[in-house]
Amino acid sequence: MSNGLSDNYFELFGLAPRYRIDKNALEERYRAFQHRVHPDRYASASDQARRVAMQQAAQINEAYRVLRDPIARARYLLEQRGHVFQDQQQTHQDPEFLMEQIELREALAEVRSQDDPLQSMADLMERIDQRVASITEDVARLLDRDHAEPAADAVAAVQRMQFLRRLSDEASELEVELQEELGDF
Amino acid sequence: MALLQITEPGQSTAPHQHRLAAGIDLGTTNSLVATVRSGRADTLSDADGHHLLPSIVRYRSEAAAIVGREAMAAGVDDPLNTIMSVKRLMGRGIDDVKHIGNRLPYEFVAGESGMPRIHTAAGDVSPVEVSAEILKVLRDRAERTLGGELAGVVITVPAYFDDAQRQATKDAAQLAGLRVLRLLNEPTAAAVAYGLDRSSDGVIAVYDLGGGTFDVSILRLNKGVFEVLATAGDTALGGDDMDRAIARWIMAQAGISDDADHRQLRRLLRDACRAKEALTGQELVPLKIELADGSHWEGELSRQQLNELIDPLIRKTINPCRRALRDAGVSAQDVHAVVMVGGSTRVPRVRERVGDFFKQEPLVEINPDKVVAIGAALQADILAGNKPADEMLLLDVIPLSLGVETMGGLVEKIIPRNTTIPVARAQEFTTFKDGQTAMALHVCQGERELVSDCRSLAHFELRGIPPMTAGAGRVRVTFQVDADGMLSVTAREETSGVESSIAVKPSYGLTDREIETMLRDSIDHARDDMQARRLREQQVEADRVLEALHAALSEDGAVFLGPDEREPIEHAARQLAAARQGDDPRAIKQAMEQLEQASADYVTRRMNANIRKAMAGHKIEDFE
Repeated sequence: MSNGLSDNYFELFGLAPRYRIDKNALEERYRAFQHRVHPDRYASASDQARRVAMQQAAQINEAYRVLRDPIARARYLLEQRGHVFQDQQQTHQDPEFLMEQIELREALAEVRSQDDPLQSMADLMERIDQRVASITEDVARLLDRDHAEPAADAVAAVQRMQFLRRLSDEASELEVELQEELGDF
Repeated sequence: MALLQITEPGQSTAPHQHRLAAGIDLGTTNSLVATVRSGRADTLSDADGHHLLPSIVRYRSEAAAIVGREAMAAGVDDPLNTIMSVKRLMGRGIDDVKHIGNRLPYEFVAGESGMPRIHTAAGDVSPVEVSAEILKVLRDRAERTLGGELAGVVITVPAYFDDAQRQATKDAAQLAGLRVLRLLNEPTAAAVAYGLDRSSDGVIAVYDLGGGTFDVSILRLNKGVFEVLATAGDTALGGDDMDRAIARWIMAQAGISDDADHRQLRRLLRDACRAKEALTGQELVPLKIELADGSHWEGELSRQQLNELIDPLIRKTINPCRRALRDAGVSAQDVHAVVMVGGSTRVPRVRERVGDFFKQEPLVEINPDKVVAIGAALQADILAGNKPADEMLLLDVIPLSLGVETMGGLVEKIIPRNTTIPVARAQEFTTFKDGQTAMALHVCQGERELVSDCRSLAHFELRGIPPMTAGAGRVRVTFQVDADGMLSVTAREETSGVESSIAVKPSYGLTDREIETMLRDSIDHARDDMQARRLREQQVEADRVLEALHAALSEDGAVFLGPDEREPIEHAARQLAAARQGDDPRAIKQAMEQLEQASADYVTRRMNANIRKAMAGHKIEDFE
């Protein structure tokens, strides 16, 4: 590679290609990289050196973003193992999960009309966070099994994470809105 | 080609003489320049001892433009030729300007590439040229004070500035004969000024309330790496709004009707501003307002009353704080320092409410007008190589998402806002018609779904795609944003390899021709001066390149270069040394380019080795 960096994000950061990663090692390595390749190090350098530095820094930023993010990291691992994501087609999810999603979304829609919207919002956020934690645990278990094929159950679990991420994004958007309307300020 | 200066962490760069560098806060209302002298950063004053340079330029026919206080004084009598708040026009198109321009009295004409020009007694001028006039004054001030030419500057820009606004700022610097080491986000500069980069790790909030704009940034400091996590703000909210609220209150109290004449309104705003400032130090201020019939209304304004008037405005600043915290994924409790920037943060109520929200006393020790320029000076000193850079590293984010237009006028985001830069990200699109041989790309910036609600940055086209059935042509579009937040885009059709790459020149940036004309104009004004300056610049640059090359060669030339490979580099270096002795800046530049070409492989090998060193010394987990 012309910029001297591995294409494989795990390799780049010297990490084993597993879902569970040492976050401290990731951050420490990221800082070490940035100290060396950030374009500010080359503020007075030639155009060419600046270009190489920028490409290196950009690749490191992208790798870091993917590895740091629980969903992006899971998807990346699955892609590395040969799975091709087609986001339009959702895999079949079990009815229990879908029912729960509907129920959570209804709860979200009703927050505004509760007696204490801020409190019920906070309660709902906690529920969502708990679900995220438990599904993340599933994903970790399914991806870090001994055999590393892109198993359908792992793909489905990652998609459940994405469902919850969207829900969580909408919830925190609503939370900010409610704070703006009803908060102390 | 200090290229070859790869800094070992903890070591300083190759030895060289101290380079003069400055930090510039190019503000909407006032501008400042600061430098580091004897290890201390401070702003520089003009001959009369004023540090703040009003960002006002007055154009006259047959005479040089006047900048600053003098221009401000003349503004009342000559409003059409006296340009104020030009920062609001930077990087804007003629349509935007008509919108903003409602409050500005200038006559706008469309320039080449849709950039507005302002009609003045000295001809039509662009916002970039106006800004360049301000920068020139600051440059002269710095060079006079420091007794030499500036090797480079750091110019601060609001965190929310988009690509076009950043490009316009860089263009202005180029026009003013300044070498930009880096555009730095204002809040980052403020945090640097407080030395927070040397404090313990944690989350920092920078609250910047100026005369007409507000923004808040959430930064994280982690072992010397400064990361902007999120920014939010309101480009039409500031101290001026407080003055208006106070003025409205006075009008209601004094029975002044809404249709009071322009002069009286102006006086009212001035009195309101004075009352606000007086209430910083006292609890009550007497008011004496001249009415239209020449009589006076007398009253008083208490701090309590002032607080009630401005609380709604302060509340409007808290909402972006919440959003920025949310985007950063942190809570108010996580914030361990709050930095106050902008003159309006002198208002006690602002400090109090911001302190309440973040549950701590905000930092106010550094003059809030100067804090950004001081931080920029500190960073300029490092980037110019006067200080081991290892002490600090600033990672910025892009403030607004970048994307391309897709079917139905929708925007597909390719790089979401608050992504750390530099960054490169690609997205694939397919052809949608049988036999399609070209694809038009419209690059946009903004958070909204519709193209019409986003800022248009550039249009470009990929041609020469071989005819295929619809969907068979796959076009990979890569966005790359450098450390200054500047964007370039490449498009490549994957099956045929047809490629088109352009550095995105923002739609409202300057065309090369416009820049050239402006440069020529400015040269006409001071041709000899300019020529001499160019020569000196190139000579300094050549010295730097040669110095770095020789240092590098003696360090590891033997490691990275075979005997046959070394000679062409040495040859090019000798050519450059010869050209440097002459007086033709272009010849020096050419020789430098040739040397750069000759040493290209060497540079790449060194950079790659550098990266490998970053990997070494770390525990590497066993691969399974």
